[in-house]
Amino acid sequence: MAILKCLLVVSASIAQDAGEILDRVDRNMYSDTKIVESSMTIHGRRSSRTLVSVTYSAGDEKAFTEYLSPPREAGTKMLKLENQLWIYSPSTDRVIQISGHMLRQSLMGSDLSYEDMMETSRLTGVYDAEVTGEEIVDGRQAWMLELTAREEGVTYQSRKVWIDKERFVPLREELFARGGQLLKRTELYDVKQIGDRWFPTRVIYRDMLRQGEGTEFKIESIEFDAGIPEHYFTRAALRQ
Amino acid sequence: MIRFLVKGLVRDRSRSVLPVIVVSLGVMLTIFLHAYITGFMGDTIEINARFSYGHVKVMTRAYALEMDQVPNDLAMTEAGEMLATLRDMYPEVEWSERIRFGGLIDVPDEHGETRAQGPAMGLGLDLLSPAPVEAERLNLAGSLVRGSLPGKPGEALISESFSQRLGVGPGDSFTFIGSSMFGGMVMHNFTVAGTLAFGVEAMDRGMVIAGIEDVRIALDMDDAAGEIVGFFPEGFYNERNAVRMSDSFNAVYKDDPDEFAPVMKSLSRQGTMGPYVELTRVWSWYITLVFIIAMSLVLWNAGLLGGLRRYGEIGIRLAMGEEKGHVYRTMIWESVFIGIVGSVIGTAFGLVIAYIIQVHGIDISGMMEGATLMMPDTIRTRITPMDYWIGFIPGLFSTVAGTMLAGIGIFKRDTARLFKELET
Repeated sequence: MAILKCLLVVSASIAQDAGEILDRVDRNMYSDTKIVESSMTIHGRRSSRTLVSVTYSAGDEKAFTEYLSPPREAGTKMLKLENQLWIYSPSTDRVIQISGHMLRQSLMGSDLSYEDMMETSRLTGVYDAEVTGEEIVDGRQAWMLELTAREEGVTYQSRKVWIDKERFVPLREELFARGGQLLKRTELYDVKQIGDRWFPTRVIYRDMLRQGEGTEFKIESIEFDAGIPEHYFTRAALRQ
Repeated sequence: MIRFLVKGLVRDRSRSVLPVIVVSLGVMLTIFLHAYITGFMGDTIEINARFSYGHVKVMTRAYALEMDQVPNDLAMTEAGEMLATLRDMYPEVEWSERIRFGGLIDVPDEHGETRAQGPAMGLGLDLLSPAPVEAERLNLAGSLVRGSLPGKPGEALISESFSQRLGVGPGDSFTFIGSSMFGGMVMHNFTVAGTLAFGVEAMDRGMVIAGIEDVRIALDMDDAAGEIVGFFPEGFYNERNAVRMSDSFNAVYKDDPDEFAPVMKSLSRQGTMGPYVELTRVWSWYITLVFIIAMSLVLWNAGLLGGLRRYGEIGIRLAMGEEKGHVYRTMIWESVFIGIVGSVIGTAFGLVIAYIIQVHGIDISGMMEGATLMMPDTIRTRITPMDYWIGFIPGLFSTVAGTMLAGIGIFKRDTARLFKELET
């Protein structure tokens, strides 16, 4: 009986730890607003190409992205407002709402989908977490967490995340469909201290359902809690 | 003797009219069904060849593996060079670059907002060159319902039923949303030049046809093509030539390990066409064979009945001293005349009926709703040289064979008992 009580106490404390870990991760990764200049290099089966963009975001609900290069993509803009996404193409001067199965399409040919753009960055609000072990990832001590979605309808029903024990940033992530199929694998590198938070500045995404060498997402500059005018998050901004 | 036999047949109509009618009907059905099978199945092959498969098609190996998904990210680059190589290697074949693509058609309202949307399959063809053979090959002018063929860049054709569903017509603009060669989302504006009715349910659901250069710009496929299709100058698919040509082409590249090396596939080695080509060949012979057997049985039976009916007459002839072999030979000669006359009449009627259906067709569009295989919605027969003689196989040979079988009884009759038989 004493052993059983002991086990219950231990398992309760681990569950609490997992929640705390995720909370610490969210504090690192989430901010009220941020401005990110980034490059996205897509390694295809034949060749690689790099897209440069700037993204203005407010929480998880609002995001505005403008592609700056290459010339063919320059001027393409995307606006996310809660669970809606619009894309503006300068060559057609059209604003099209991306919805339904189109959300599953590749984002500019990368290993990311538009659905990934719609994901919330705060994991605590969506997933129940459980610490399942410890591992060394790229020379860093990490917890292994298994995340299970509380509700149906999320893009990835479960996740496996390796969290840096010291800095509380994800180092590796595996995303699974409801049936258990591995859909995406993410590796996060070049973790830097920016203000009072740690943040990975290079991420390699790999869509496990397609061939190719993955997509490398590199943050060139990032500004947290920056002032962003509200008009950025309007549809009128797409055509400006 | 021949004149004597013919006179006998003409004067005794009970010996000629019914057998000739039976033979004519059988021959007519044989010819009609042969023309029907050739027409229906051949049309299906040619429609699929013209719109999708070509008689032969050149792609990259990687593209060929996933051809049904139209993987333009695996398309051929430097397609112009490959086109020149193919024209040099096989000058007798007509080669054309094509890009097949899929995506969404988005129709804007007056404010530029989405008014209607629908999934589309697209085809990029050479439409704007001085002599656009592709437009002729696909009979685009003949399929035009409204508007005209594209005359300048940026114009496209869409299927009539699709245009009505989306509420667009000639002169209206729409935006194509799809994937570039590099997988990114692309949007491209087109203006509707005209609308088409293909008569093929699978295509009339949602087809867009545009100039290949426009499609290249839209999909970021500079000097690239998903496929290069080849058509034989005779205008119809020749399985033996297609397989021989693709084998010889592939042998040139067999040591190239690159997944983007070119590969040539005959129509029969693409999609579900292999079994269909084989089915067409086998069915044509199968139908003919069945009819020959059926006709043989029918006419053998008719010969037997005729023999029984003429039992008394033959008995008298034998009793009068006519040689058994002579009686047998005259019966065979009579059946030859009946076979020839019946075959000629049956062939004539069969060809007339086949010709009427070849010209006017039978509308089966109601049965084609939801069909995924490209099949004609109007069944047409096709008269081939074979139809002029194939009816003679069952009509003449089976008639004679039936009579020969029935006439064997003559040699089994005992001449000494003939009078006793005739008394009863």
